[in-house]
Amino acid sequence: MAYKRSQILICGGTGCCSSGAMTLVKELKKELVKHDILDEVEVVATGCFGLCELGPVVIVYPEGTFYSRVEAADITELVEEHLVKGRPLDRLIYTEKGDGHHPLSINDLGFFKTQKRIALVNCGVIDPENIDEYIAFDGYMALEKVLLTMTPIDVINEVKASGLRGRGGGGFPTGLKWQFAHDAVSEDGVKYVACNADEGDPGAFMDRSVLEGDPHALIEAMAIAGFAVGAAKGYVYVRAEYPIAVNRLQIAIDQAKEYGLLGENIFDTDFAFDLEIRLGAGAFVCGEETALMNSIEGKRGEPRPRPPFPANKGLFGKPTVLNNVETYANIPAIILKGAEWFASVGTEKSKGTKVFALGGKINNTGLLEIPMGTTLREIVYDIGGGIPNGKAFKAAQTGGPSGGCIPASLLDTPIDYDNLIAIGSMMGSGGLIVMDEDNCMVDVARFFLDFTQDESCGKCPPCRIGTKRMLEILERICDGKGVKGDIERLEELAVGIKASALCGLGQTAPNPVLSTIRYFRDEYEAHINDKKCPAGVCKHLLDFTIDPETCKGCGICAKKCPADAITGEKKKPYTIDTAKCIKCNACIEACPFGSISKA
Amino acid sequence: MAELIPVENLDVVKAIVAEHREVPGCLMQILQETQEKYGYLPLELQGTIADELGMPLTEVYGVATFYSQFNLTPKGKFKIGICLGTACYVRGAQPIIDKVNSILGTQVGDTTEDGKWSVDATRCIGACGLAPVLTVNEDVYGRLVLDDIAGIIEKY
Repeated sequence: MAYKRSQILICGGTGCCSSGAMTLVKELKKELVKHDILDEVEVVATGCFGLCELGPVVIVYPEGTFYSRVEAADITELVEEHLVKGRPLDRLIYTEKGDGHHPLSINDLGFFKTQKRIALVNCGVIDPENIDEYIAFDGYMALEKVLLTMTPIDVINEVKASGLRGRGGGGFPTGLKWQFAHDAVSEDGVKYVACNADEGDPGAFMDRSVLEGDPHALIEAMAIAGFAVGAAKGYVYVRAEYPIAVNRLQIAIDQAKEYGLLGENIFDTDFAFDLEIRLGAGAFVCGEETALMNSIEGKRGEPRPRPPFPANKGLFGKPTVLNNVETYANIPAIILKGAEWFASVGTEKSKGTKVFALGGKINNTGLLEIPMGTTLREIVYDIGGGIPNGKAFKAAQTGGPSGGCIPASLLDTPIDYDNLIAIGSMMGSGGLIVMDEDNCMVDVARFFLDFTQDESCGKCPPCRIGTKRMLEILERICDGKGVKGDIERLEELAVGIKASALCGLGQTAPNPVLSTIRYFRDEYEAHINDKKCPAGVCKHLLDFTIDPETCKGCGICAKKCPADAITGEKKKPYTIDTAKCIKCNACIEACPFGSISKA
Repeated sequence: MAELIPVENLDVVKAIVAEHREVPGCLMQILQETQEKYGYLPLELQGTIADELGMPLTEVYGVATFYSQFNLTPKGKFKIGICLGTACYVRGAQPIIDKVNSILGTQVGDTTEDGKWSVDATRCIGACGLAPVLTVNEDVYGRLVLDDIAGIIEKY
């Protein structure tokens, strides 16, 4: 291999691709050719670095210079300055919000400082479409170690001792799950390994990032699971909404087959393992394990009653072990570095790290991996860089439609499985959406119920009918038609649904409502009793008015109004006809004097 | 984008079934590929798939109607999807939907009469860092403000 004096890493995750990363790759190569240094400088499209907010992100090594929001037009100058003249292009180096820190190297960024990467260790580091790069970073060494030096029981005991728990939601101990599938008897000897990559929680994209950035880690881990439980075939069930991830995983599977790391006689042992990708078709309930299995079988993705559990009777009626992508991504490191090392990270009952997708009203949107036990405050303020536009933090939502909203008073809670349950939320797959004072918590509860109601498969009445009734109550509260007793009715329905729904989707659907009632009851009361939306979101409870004192009569608002609801004479205060007003906010955004308010 | 195959031409769907019929649990893949080729899954195609697989039409219809990505009616040439994931929602996806609908005279789920546009609210596409986001076919537009919408629609 020719010596490369410099590597340019460009994030090729979905976020950065959406912001034009692939055009940058082409432009870079063109410029390098122009300066005749293409053979000295390597351009690598990697997986996600995590800082999606700043994309497209470009990092130049060996210095580790971190460039953000790079555009095609910047490339000529970037190559000329940094790679020809050897001085970093200062204007593209990121300045951190808040303290104005202007780090020259990616390692000095506040966003990365407190992170600890196990599952995401290779994301943003290697070229995911090149198996040699994975192997160069100790890839497939864990599989080799397992096949050549360990028994299936050794592997299961190691995973058990690590304390690894399922990263997809419930937090079930992974080693125990493997033990059950290992112990299960299959009449014809057939067992399956499956991977849940149907990452349906809105706002969570860590599984996609592993698939896009480090697909071989998943393949290696699933082969290890196959060895541990005695399965020769694995299925990865991926959302069809993730085309880049599907494509890279397929490339990785093909490369692994070519290298003999999938197929017959792996590492010259008699262990055989094969993997197949199955695509989802847009049904959130398929993230539930038994529904997912029905879907792989080509059926409607409705959950099955349990028992029998999938470990005994899963895919095609055979013993099946199912884990999600992030859970698998931890496995190679556990095998190579040992259970003790893994268990030294995290809290007493939640070991290791957790990846969170930080989104919503936060400065550093993106993907981060932190040791279990990190507080929400550290995530939001130290890593996330706080709330934009000087607004106040109101709540953090974890666990997606199954989780809850955590208020400011609980910001110092150390995040782990059990603490989150105790405060009425849950880990879920790791979406963490931050909300500020402008978000209405009743509206947020309505948003999630609308989601679960729409995604309810309809098989069991508590979920099908119960969530519908809850949604109707929430809708009338947001429309200003809430009546006394609605909060209590919501609580009563919630308790019933949680106790009686067939699967996890229904059992957790009331959580967003219960947690917002628990911490933001006053907002519900304001909607019901005073017919006011304190956050100014629920349209039916708002009136738009122009302050005649500050209105200069410029008429911009009237021009912008799509409903012709604003009238007036130039240079005199304008007025809004509330009967015509559709409360679209266009006037507030247009007014140069801040004269329009809603309350 | 490749030209869509007219529904009258049943050879393609039969070939798709023939290719997959031996794979366990193949119905989803067959429906996915058929929709890719024909653009949607009218009853004629579902019936052909059922006949070829030797299963009742109700079973095929049951699967086709269960999953939101299977369309039983044709979609527009340009499919606008406004992401309604949580991150996009808290950053103002609803006003974006309202704006798109007011320009095109549509409701969510509609296809315009000329068949040019269809508008859907999609599940999280995972581009939360760019919220709020909309897609037009494969193109992704992020960090949207209301004033961007008209310009995006004009491009097509």
